[in-house]
Amino acid sequence: MALDDRFSQDFREPDGERPLGTRNEIITGLVSDWATDFSHLEPEWSADPYPIQDDLRQRCPIAHTDRFGGAWLPTRYEDVAAIAYDTGRFSSRSIILSNFRPPREVAPIGGSPPISSDPPFHHDARKLLLPPFTKNAVARQEPATRAFCHSLIDAFEGREVVDAARDYAQHIPMRVIADMLGFPAEDGPQFREFVENLLEGINLPPDERIERVSRLFDYLLAQVNEHLDDPREDLTTYLINAELYGHKLDSSHVVGTMALLLIAGIDTSWSAIGASLWHLARTPADRERLVAEPGLLPTAMEELLRAYAPVTMARLVKEDMQWHGVDMKADDWILLSFPAANRDPAQFDRAGEVVIDREINRHAAFGLGIHRCVGSHLARMELRVALEVWLERIPEFTLADPSAVTWAAGQIRGPRTLPLRI
Amino acid sequence: MKVQIDSGRCQGHGRCYDIAPGLFGDDDEGYGRVLGDGLVAPGQDHEAHLAVANCPERAITLTEGA
Repeated sequence: MALDDRFSQDFREPDGERPLGTRNEIITGLVSDWATDFSHLEPEWSADPYPIQDDLRQRCPIAHTDRFGGAWLPTRYEDVAAIAYDTGRFSSRSIILSNFRPPREVAPIGGSPPISSDPPFHHDARKLLLPPFTKNAVARQEPATRAFCHSLIDAFEGREVVDAARDYAQHIPMRVIADMLGFPAEDGPQFREFVENLLEGINLPPDERIERVSRLFDYLLAQVNEHLDDPREDLTTYLINAELYGHKLDSSHVVGTMALLLIAGIDTSWSAIGASLWHLARTPADRERLVAEPGLLPTAMEELLRAYAPVTMARLVKEDMQWHGVDMKADDWILLSFPAANRDPAQFDRAGEVVIDREINRHAAFGLGIHRCVGSHLARMELRVALEVWLERIPEFTLADPSAVTWAAGQIRGPRTLPLRI
Repeated sequence: MKVQIDSGRCQGHGRCYDIAPGLFGDDDEGYGRVLGDGLVAPGQDHEAHLAVANCPERAITLTEGA
């Protein structure tokens, strides 16, 4: 038995004690006016947020809501970029907008470093994660990813209609990140539950939310203990052994980062792969062109990432201030919509169209500034391989039933049901 | 013409070394770096311009001369 005192005690609050922080009343239901009452959790937003964002950009470029205890939604590229760069006035101590604000004291580390961290700690926590996620490092996952994509399509044998979100897209990042973390491949269905709890269960009662998050941390602690007994060449062992400022990482840092890699690694790529297939299924000209010109895929992929960027982040305002004409209060949320920035006509020509050979594409799908998605090279590899294999094996496909397509609600948007006729 | 990366702005998106692998590479942490002296050879103009125009952080500049 390996002994590591860091993990022998649970670092979380004792049972029955709720974490400190502020909770607000949970408000759900139909949005009255998107400029003053927005909610990214309502079905109208998840079904098609782009017309809402385009309208707001015109008439109220920094929208507000009293929901979630107060939040702002900028829709212009320049405002989204300015907030992403301004880590002095906007904190990342919680990056999922909810009805609970963690106490200020959790900064600058936050619950899942480095995404939840502010400078100066952020830089050092992030530095630890960069080497395993470079383009060259993630290229080592490519052959296994490709073989796995083929095996998923092999399983379609004899079927005319498949669910490309459920039967294809979701499995790819789950398998890749499970391999990288050294988790059993068959635990995939549990990961889906963790993702949905954390990212879509925002308006659940607080006790239920705590209970669900707890299950994820129980799972991660069990994996840590397994790796302490049997260290391997994987990210879990890497994090257990990693050092910062001459000491091994705190248990909360190790497990928080594992949670980040697992959650952020899954539904983001799952959404990007699904949204790309959805677009190609309903746009035969683009599909046919990519089948005929596979060399265009890297360019087309960037356009699909721009137009259907899956990830919206959140920030918390640090102090009361006037910002670009609005009165922000300390602890107001910012819903940092990279998807809205990516469709700003002031930044992109034909912003609302998908132009698959767009050569100049300075999109922000992976964020801007110090929090650039650490997994962006991995995500690009997964998306490219998933689309290459699909187009090679299934060059012709259409939406089997457009009205049956469903999209995830919340900050990560992508198809969750996507029936395709193949 | 010569390419340069402002390391204060680069965040390691890697668009430059994806688009113009003849001019850019990455370091051990994925940040972009200029290969050699950064001189743009005849025939590399287009990829040099694309690298500049696709950098999300506007970290790359193309200077005339040398």
